[in-house]
Amino acid sequence: MLTLNNIEVVYDGVILVLRGVSVSVQEGTITTVLGANGAGKTTTLKAISGVLRSERGEVTKGSIEYDGRRIDGMRAFEVTKIGIAQVFEGRRVFEHLTTEENLIAGGHIQPDNAKIRRGIDLVYSYFPRLRERRQQQSGYLSGGEQQMLAIGRALMSSPKVVLLDEPSLGLAPMLVEEIFGIVGRLVKQEKLSVLLVEQNATMALAVADHGYVMENGRIVLEGPADKLRDNSDIKEFYLGLNEGGARKSYRDTKHYKRRKRWLS
Amino acid sequence: MELDFTLLLIGNGVLIGLMYSLIALGFVVVYKATDAINFAQGEFVMLAALMSAAVTVLMELPFWVGVLVSLLGMISFSFGLERVVLRPLLGRPIVAVIMATIGLAAILRGLGPLFFGAETRSITLPVGDEPIILGPFMLQPVQVTGAAVALLFLGGFTWFFLKSRMGVAMRAVADNQQVAMAMGINVERYFALAWAMAGIVSALGGVVWGAMLGVDVHVSLVGLKVFPVVILGGLDSIIGAVVGGLIVGIVENLAAGYLDPLVGGGTKDFAPYVLMIIALMIRPYGIFGKRKIERV
Repeated sequence: MLTLNNIEVVYDGVILVLRGVSVSVQEGTITTVLGANGAGKTTTLKAISGVLRSERGEVTKGSIEYDGRRIDGMRAFEVTKIGIAQVFEGRRVFEHLTTEENLIAGGHIQPDNAKIRRGIDLVYSYFPRLRERRQQQSGYLSGGEQQMLAIGRALMSSPKVVLLDEPSLGLAPMLVEEIFGIVGRLVKQEKLSVLLVEQNATMALAVADHGYVMENGRIVLEGPADKLRDNSDIKEFYLGLNEGGARKSYRDTKHYKRRKRWLS
Repeated sequence: MELDFTLLLIGNGVLIGLMYSLIALGFVVVYKATDAINFAQGEFVMLAALMSAAVTVLMELPFWVGVLVSLLGMISFSFGLERVVLRPLLGRPIVAVIMATIGLAAILRGLGPLFFGAETRSITLPVGDEPIILGPFMLQPVQVTGAAVALLFLGGFTWFFLKSRMGVAMRAVADNQQVAMAMGINVERYFALAWAMAGIVSALGGVVWGAMLGVDVHVSLVGLKVFPVVILGGLDSIIGAVVGGLIVGIVENLAAGYLDPLVGGGTKDFAPYVLMIIALMIRPYGIFGKRKIERV
């Protein structure tokens, strides 16, 4: 459905951020991209959604295809129109707008008001807490509510693919679970496809169907999520377990002994 | 007698103040949507007045044609300006935009007389010039018309921003351009729209202001009133522009009525600025300005 073929992204004409990334998202599934800070996960999402250009970044090699047509080089608002919505890292709600106005802005591409109304009702049915906060200025919502609003706002454009950037950032574990649960339901009931970028590997691999691991702007590992969960490198470096599967104590870490072996 | 005099000053201040509000609105809308500070707002008004005077005086066409020409002229002028000058500056430091508009102001002040002639012309509104006397108030029909137009448009713009989908989208653009882009909002189109709105209010302001003072380069001086208005009210608030305009209008009239006779004149022009500096010290974001939201 959505495919990135060997793309390279350059910022400011000189800084090479992605070096040959290939990712594919199948219809009706959750695909996750894991990796540490600065690995290039967010850049990957921005390359798809087209907002890269506003940061003076550019896809210089490779191609991005969606539904059989090339979308690299398209402008951000055009990408949204053909069915790809992005939920930004750190929520980024329109702080000075109310909850409901955020949703209305999210549904900007909808041609008629009835569709907006239906969209808002759909969002409220998945996130009832937003209904209670509908007239509140969104800058004052709690972190969890803002994340719900950010996801709901992305749904307003009736997307087929949602790019979800670190929804767990800065949220309490229980809230993270609640939000991931809702995302899972959305995928099933609304037939969405999700490309999920996460640092919380445990959570991401629990909900995802397929996963990629990124380092230094490259994909170093990919596979079905359950295979990745069993991979010893993933366990060691992303899930914090030792080979026996027990939770590891940081007292026993001997990082110099084990090296990542992605490429061997 | 004393009270009547005060009321008279206040009444005129309100009428003039609403005009300031209307002109400041052009500044506010542009700042709200694009973050650009337009130092050429006064020159916009001047240009509109020159256009309208050229049509009505030089070509001897009816008043309404003049209004129409200056409306269309100002809309296309500000559209073009956004496209040619301001869009390439997008993403540059805000100082670049400020300098560009200051330069533009100087250019307009120079080119205006070059194209339209330097002599003072007059625009006559199709209203009488007999002052309307209402109790202690003595109101000039021109000013009343100006105030009415101002109120109409201030109301219209308020409705637009609060209730219409385009208005909400425009506020979203103001809040976060990158995210707005990802919501399918064509950000550049909204920038153009904001400048066009500035063009519309400048055209209306230009016609009325020109009718009040006569049309020449000095019409652009009204731009100097815009700054105290928007600083008092808040750079990005429409209601702020209304309140700021009223305060500035009233204060300068009171200053003219009470302080000028004592010191021999001139206080009218700087009294609003004294107020502005005080306001900056007490409420830097203005009476209604957006406060930066900090969650704890």
